[in-house]
Amino acid sequence: MKNKTAFIQGNEVCARAAIYAGVGFFAGYPITPSTEIAEFMARELPKRQGTFIQMEDEISSLCAVIGASLTGCKAMTATSGPGFSLMQEALGYAVMAEIPCVIVDVQRGGPSTGLPTHVMQGDVCQARWGIHGDHAIVAMTASGNQELFKITVDAFNIAETYRTPVILLLDIPSEGEIEVVERLRTAVKQGVDFHPYLPREDGRLPMSDFGGVHRYNVTGLFHDMWGFPSDDPQVVHGLLRHLADKINNNVDNIARFKEYYLDDADLVLVSYGSSARSALHLVESRRRRGEKYGLLELQTLWPFPHSIVREKCANARYVAVVEMNLGQITKEVKEAVDRPERVYLLNRIDGVYITPTDIRNMLRVIQGRGV
Amino acid sequence: MARTRFIFSGAGGQGVITAAVILGEAAALHEGLNAVQAQSYGPEARGGASRAELIISDDVINFPRVNNANVLVCLTQEAYNRYYPHIRPGGLLVTDSKLVTPLSKVDARQVPLPLFKTAMETVGEPVTLNICMLGAVVAITGIVKNGSVEKVIETRIPGEFLEVNRKAFSLGYELGLPHAG
Repeated sequence: MKNKTAFIQGNEVCARAAIYAGVGFFAGYPITPSTEIAEFMARELPKRQGTFIQMEDEISSLCAVIGASLTGCKAMTATSGPGFSLMQEALGYAVMAEIPCVIVDVQRGGPSTGLPTHVMQGDVCQARWGIHGDHAIVAMTASGNQELFKITVDAFNIAETYRTPVILLLDIPSEGEIEVVERLRTAVKQGVDFHPYLPREDGRLPMSDFGGVHRYNVTGLFHDMWGFPSDDPQVVHGLLRHLADKINNNVDNIARFKEYYLDDADLVLVSYGSSARSALHLVESRRRRGEKYGLLELQTLWPFPHSIVREKCANARYVAVVEMNLGQITKEVKEAVDRPERVYLLNRIDGVYITPTDIRNMLRVIQGRGV
Repeated sequence: MARTRFIFSGAGGQGVITAAVILGEAAALHEGLNAVQAQSYGPEARGGASRAELIISDDVINFPRVNNANVLVCLTQEAYNRYYPHIRPGGLLVTDSKLVTPLSKVDARQVPLPLFKTAMETVGEPVTLNICMLGAVVAITGIVKNGSVEKVIETRIPGEFLEVNRKAFSLGYELGLPHAG
């Protein structure tokens, strides 16, 4: 396209960004409202020497993605809530075996098959705690297509940098150079022992393309530096700490957020995904009336950026979290700030996109002004 | 230019979403405007109510949905009954004169046009109803140049249906022109 502008929906933006980031493998099972991502990959990946496989279900889809990633290729899948539920077992495996990959969950109403064609943000806590066992995870989101492109590339970069699955939680039906991070590969030569789970001094684990020059074991069991199962308490403790610390010690590096009018804001809205657009609409219309509203838009949801939220909300009289669920991020915001009693949940859970008027009315009630 | 909010409504399969995407792309790619298109439909593949929303503005668009439209199009009676309360007072309400019986209490400029008849009899392809409607809307509102929409139709409509859709667009445009302004 000549002027590099395109009028496309969010799913296609995500797919194009994944290609820009260098994705070479997609396995999935199409599901509304994520289907366009699979459609795009089926059409475009083979043209670029990539591989698209439609699997028999979501369980095998993520398993195939894990296998492909191990062989040295950036890999992803896309699904919605019901499929994301099925992926939890393999997601745990990817966390344990430290497999970089990107899982897109285009959210719909749930639980179960729920509301296939309407919007909710109900999978936020599932992204954090859908799998069993202590762990850390990265989940990101965006509210508009320009940002979604960057965040999708970021998701691949973070997956490679921290050897972790990254979840992209989307809920949207719709500048400059963007850096692409390549995988850190081992410098160990052929014929020399390669320790797949022996961290470097900086904590990072270089990879060797599976099926290439090194032979090594990969397992979902707790494992030693060779990748073989171990129940040695020291090994178990060390691995679990490593899995949590590699993410939790890098919260500031992984955190992505945008802020609007926060400098003198008396009332701070906190939101993410598409609901942040309604929040921004309201903030700008209130600013035009001289009211000191501001918006903190979170793009990284997990690990939750507690210190950023605390700092940005420090001087606000009211903090209101706008989300389309029963308060999955509100809980985190309350934990992050001092005086959590000033934190309110402004939500809608009926499959209808929350409007600026909804937010305004709820704020008036909170402020004791009545609707 | 002021922000213009459109709702195109009808039955699933009538192509109202395609029409909105084409208009949005014409505005965004060929007229340098901002456009956001959203949609809502049920879980059915065909049938059921379908609704496409489009906002066109020269300013940044944050809230991407349309609650109350400046321009409402209803291609079925069911869609009309459901969405007529969502027209802004004094707005433009385009209906198909065969498929929809308008109510007199609606505070809008109502323009019933023989869109279905044109698509069915003159073009001979009922699937071109949406593009015929789009021609009429572009003529009445002047929101974008007809040439901008024609450029998009050429890239978005598959080859074998291109000619009939071109024809449907220009016939729709002629139907709308007397109601312009």
